[in-house]
Amino acid sequence: MALGMGCTARPGKSRDTRTGSWRVFRPEFIADKCTKCGMCAIICPEGCIGENEEGLPVPDYDYCKGCGLCAEECPSEAIEMKKEEK
Amino acid sequence: MLEITEGSHAVAKAVGQCRPQVIAAYPITPQTHIVETLADMVADCTIDAEYITVESEFSALSACLGASAAGSRVYSATTSQGLALMFEVCFNCAGMRMPVVMSIANRALGAPLSIWNDHQDSISLRDSGWMQLYAEDNQEATDLHYLAYRVSEDHRILLPSFVCFDGFILSHTYEPVDMLTQEQADSYVPVFKPYHRLDAADPISFGLFASPDYYMEFRYAIDQAMNRARTVLPEAGRVFSEMFGRDYSGLVEAYRLDDADCAIVAMGSICGTVKDAIDEMRDAGKKVGLLKIRAFRPFPVKEVQKALSGVSTVAVLDKNISLGSKGAVALEIRDALYGSQIPVHDYIIALGGRDVRRKDIAAVVASAEAGSGDIYYGLREEVLK
Amino acid sequence: MKEDEAACVLFDAGHRACGGCAAAMAARLILDAAGKDTIVVSSTGCMEVFSTPYPETAWKVPWIHSLFENNSAVASGVVESLKKQGRKEKVIAIGGDGATFDIGILCLSGAFERGHDFTYICYDNEAYMNTGIQRSGATPYDASTTTSPAGKCSFGNRRPKKDLPAILAAHGAPYVATASIAYPPDLKKKVEKAVNTPGPCYIQVHAPCCTGWGFEGEKTIAIGKLAIETGLWVNYEMEEGKITKVKKVVRKPVEEYLKEQKRFRHLFKPKRNDAEIAKIQAIADRNAEKFGIEIKLKK
Repeated sequence: MALGMGCTARPGKSRDTRTGSWRVFRPEFIADKCTKCGMCAIICPEGCIGENEEGLPVPDYDYCKGCGLCAEECPSEAIEMKKEEK
Repeated sequence: MLEITEGSHAVAKAVGQCRPQVIAAYPITPQTHIVETLADMVADCTIDAEYITVESEFSALSACLGASAAGSRVYSATTSQGLALMFEVCFNCAGMRMPVVMSIANRALGAPLSIWNDHQDSISLRDSGWMQLYAEDNQEATDLHYLAYRVSEDHRILLPSFVCFDGFILSHTYEPVDMLTQEQADSYVPVFKPYHRLDAADPISFGLFASPDYYMEFRYAIDQAMNRARTVLPEAGRVFSEMFGRDYSGLVEAYRLDDADCAIVAMGSICGTVKDAIDEMRDAGKKVGLLKIRAFRPFPVKEVQKALSGVSTVAVLDKNISLGSKGAVALEIRDALYGSQIPVHDYIIALGGRDVRRKDIAAVVASAEAGSGDIYYGLREEVLK
Repeated sequence: MKEDEAACVLFDAGHRACGGCAAAMAARLILDAAGKDTIVVSSTGCMEVFSTPYPETAWKVPWIHSLFENNSAVASGVVESLKKQGRKEKVIAIGGDGATFDIGILCLSGAFERGHDFTYICYDNEAYMNTGIQRSGATPYDASTTTSPAGKCSFGNRRPKKDLPAILAAHGAPYVATASIAYPPDLKKKVEKAVNTPGPCYIQVHAPCCTGWGFEGEKTIAIGKLAIETGLWVNYEMEEGKITKVKKVVRKPVEEYLKEQKRFRHLFKPKRNDAEIAKIQAIADRNAEKFGIEIKLKK
């Protein structure tokens, strides 16, 4: 890889760092309780919560650090933090 | 066209002809006439530039950095304390490979406060990654700006440049200067083509931080660009000479050096005085010559070795002092001549604007020939008692 | 799930912020609001460091970092450079509170006085977090930091927060606002307003720092809300120097906010310091009076 002139870089490689490996607790999303309000996706500091065809939140566990903000702030308590099994 | 003009005005006019798109500068003596003249040009629409009246030199160079990254040709000018305030940004411009061109109307650094000339300001930035060109007279000061833009912005180089000319001695002196026409300037300084720029259409991140895995390679890359400048600067000087007749193809320039026993090495306006002194000494039968250093960074090691290979003594005039060591030019010359038997004598001279006369040059030569040297020349012993 | 389906459209995942980082949230929300035709000028600091270790960058908009204290000056150059080229990208300078309140205030003041068309956003986590939690001009009264530690003869930081929004409003800034990551839609609205207002605009975003303040990462938003609910942080907007909008709250006592954070632990342990808590309550009371934030409940 040639050096980026003057220490520059184009986007893309940030995703090489799989911050999901930092996780101690894992958010489990309970579809039955979810109201699809989107709060979890808005506040996720990793921006790694997308949604599926039904509009339900889908976390990207490659990047989820397990901070627990989504579970804490979910207005319908539809996210539970579970100890990560490694 | 030959004009009788103040050095600062000639420099400002040349800069204007290079069509900078963004100018950011802060007033400081003895540089101010340059940026005042450019402000007049902007006010009269004789040049089409955004002029940012920043609140400090630190911001002047920072604004230039941002403007350059966003894809514009930029210009600033400063000296002395202003340059010292820019220290951090200087390293940044070079490291981020921003081809900024900046005039330095060389002035001493405080304390004590001094507005008069020496080279301590730019010399103190010698490790910052900027090319450093030193002018002997106002013609050279003017022409080196065209050269600096052409070389700095060359994609083989992408390094910022100082064009150094002595404060007051040149900046405030009226001399005849042969100015290029706008058409000539345009034919020599191409339209700025940024290597890359801040652009939403191709979002690049500039100025990332480098871990120990990468830092050294980025520093090496800057040094490699400096090495290429050893070729690209003379090449640009040759083109200038072919187009306009004035020769800047050498990183150094010799005067009556071919058969000289003693070589004086110097930079900047003092070279004019040295040449006159050499003529007098030559008339008296002394074989003395001058090696003028035009490019201090990159330092022209091979050219110096070649030019000084036949002399028996070297006297270096340093308008700076690396306190606790020697003058910066002498250190470079000694390094270049390492392994030879040629003695290099250092003379710290003309600090803070002290005048140098022809007889002082003769005295330096006599001292060097006597094998002394490594002194502050012309100290007033009576005030040291 | 495809990458572009996730919420991180312009600020990419893989950055190295702490879990629960408010600055990371802020970066993403700011870009969500400003859109892709935005050039970001960052100061040195947490956000810069966690987002751009070469050769990785989380920024999917054009982004530049030069130094700690010069983002406003660099932004000035970017703005004028774009103007000269007839380009239309918006320019946002982002800095932490150290960069903004302290070391960069000269450049910031100069840029606001000159009136460049850009938005400056300070993510205010109330100390130098990147270097290890030292006090800044934005550190609140009595907060214990590594350079204003609580001790036998110290209650922590001895000075209240500098009122930087007022200072910038006094420069004639057309739009000045405070916001909090605890209220994302409000923050985004303010960013949209700032980038679409000609001239220099300023937004100061309260960004609770779990590492520096001493709380669990999942509480970042809860702490941000408590700051507002106690009146220790006020969300407001100023247009042409006049306060035009204030978030009103049913106020809670400040200790509800203080006791959740290790930086104020010395006010409660080993024994409760009523005198100092009262001084902090007085700061909140003055804020409430000055901004008129109080919603009085009918008894």
